[in-house]
Amino acid sequence: MDKTVATLAEAVADISDGATVMIGGFGGSGAPIELIHALIDRRVKGLTVINNNAGNGHVGIASMIENGLVAKMICSFPRSSDPVAFTEAYKSGRLELEVVPQGTLAERIRAAGAGIPAFYTATSYGTELAEGKPVEEFDGKHYVRERWLKADFALIKGELGDPMGNLTYRMAARNFNPIMAMAATKTIAQVSRIVPAGGIDPEQVISPGIFVDTVVEIPNPVQEEVLFREGAVYP
Amino acid sequence: MTSFDDIKLSNAQIAWRAAQDIEDGAYVNLGIGFPEMVAQYTVEGRTPVFHTENGVLGFGPAPAPGEEDWDLINAGKKAITLKPGAAFFHHADSFAMVRGGHLDVAILGAFQVAENGDLANWSTGKGSIPAVGGAMDLVQSAKRVAVVTDHVTKKGEPKLVDRCSMPLTGVACVTRIYTSLAVVDIEGGHFVLREKLPQLSFDDLQSVTGGELKTDGRIADLAVPTL
Repeated sequence: MDKTVATLAEAVADISDGATVMIGGFGGSGAPIELIHALIDRRVKGLTVINNNAGNGHVGIASMIENGLVAKMICSFPRSSDPVAFTEAYKSGRLELEVVPQGTLAERIRAAGAGIPAFYTATSYGTELAEGKPVEEFDGKHYVRERWLKADFALIKGELGDPMGNLTYRMAARNFNPIMAMAATKTIAQVSRIVPAGGIDPEQVISPGIFVDTVVEIPNPVQEEVLFREGAVYP
Repeated sequence: MTSFDDIKLSNAQIAWRAAQDIEDGAYVNLGIGFPEMVAQYTVEGRTPVFHTENGVLGFGPAPAPGEEDWDLINAGKKAITLKPGAAFFHHADSFAMVRGGHLDVAILGAFQVAENGDLANWSTGKGSIPAVGGAMDLVQSAKRVAVVTDHVTKKGEPKLVDRCSMPLTGVACVTRIYTSLAVVDIEGGHFVLREKLPQLSFDDLQSVTGGELKTDGRIADLAVPTL
């Protein structure tokens, strides 16, 4: 078994117009910037993108929006220090938005990965984000029914990867990456280093390789926050 | 109507007051922005553990400029440091901590709080871009939900109201409000005044409060150091 590929272009080659794509990261932390930029190079259109945020500045997801790849964003917080790309596209009507409470977003993703089609949460009960959703009472408290959230692809960022697809993560860059790996039909991971099978202590594996389809090595990945502070624009 | 701008507490002083109620060993989530200041005023000898939605328990203050590691941030996307005993986890575990009732305290900001404990703090309504983050999860499930806020808006309108006119974040969830003028509890669907700045009369405070202030007869002075 060897899930590694040599290039970013190979890693994202299957993603086509209209796909639903989960993208790991929370702000810039854990954002697979190199995979995102490789996808922008493919100039696909009409994507539904699932991320906690909706891009910052003119790189990463913000650049996907500016370059017309995205038809719909599903996120919890489409604000950032420079949300101009999202804001312009949203206000002009070019971009659809579904706002989901952050914990509900995480659990919808996890549920999809675990084969649970729906679950109940107290989150959003009595608010406009619960409108139209079934409500049920359990042990005297009200809960809102939420559906699983699946994707065709997940683009994620790990620290170490091996040919089996096992992954580790670096500090708080873990965030949405392991659960998105579970919820997508095809999960594509960029990692800072590929090691041989056995090179990751099984005790330290965070995402078991069964959830991961493709691994590409990007030594010294750039940080979105650093690009943003430099005023970088992609492409 | 006056807003008592000349005597009101600064945000740092409101944060200081809120910090006095955080117990040793409590697991605490602080909202983005102003509520984050509460961590600076942790009471000597107490060691609360701070939780951030993006997967860290036990984080500390910002690093020195130039020492930032952008894989180590808080929910406000600001660089943080780790305290001994810190832990990382993914987003589903992070919100299992929240929804599962494992967090002792959540402290958030507010646009409006109603006398039944309803909170509005995520959307101003028409025209604004909706952005909710983790607020709706936190307010429904933390064991104690408190608010830090100015007592009135910049225009002098009450933020403590009989009923929220803005979109709700959560229903009947807030139990204590630390404002620039007072400390108010929510009990049995009412505002109960616990502490007020000594320069203010009860009627002064009622004049800038949207809902009816009740008292159980004991109102302490809101005493906060100069910060």
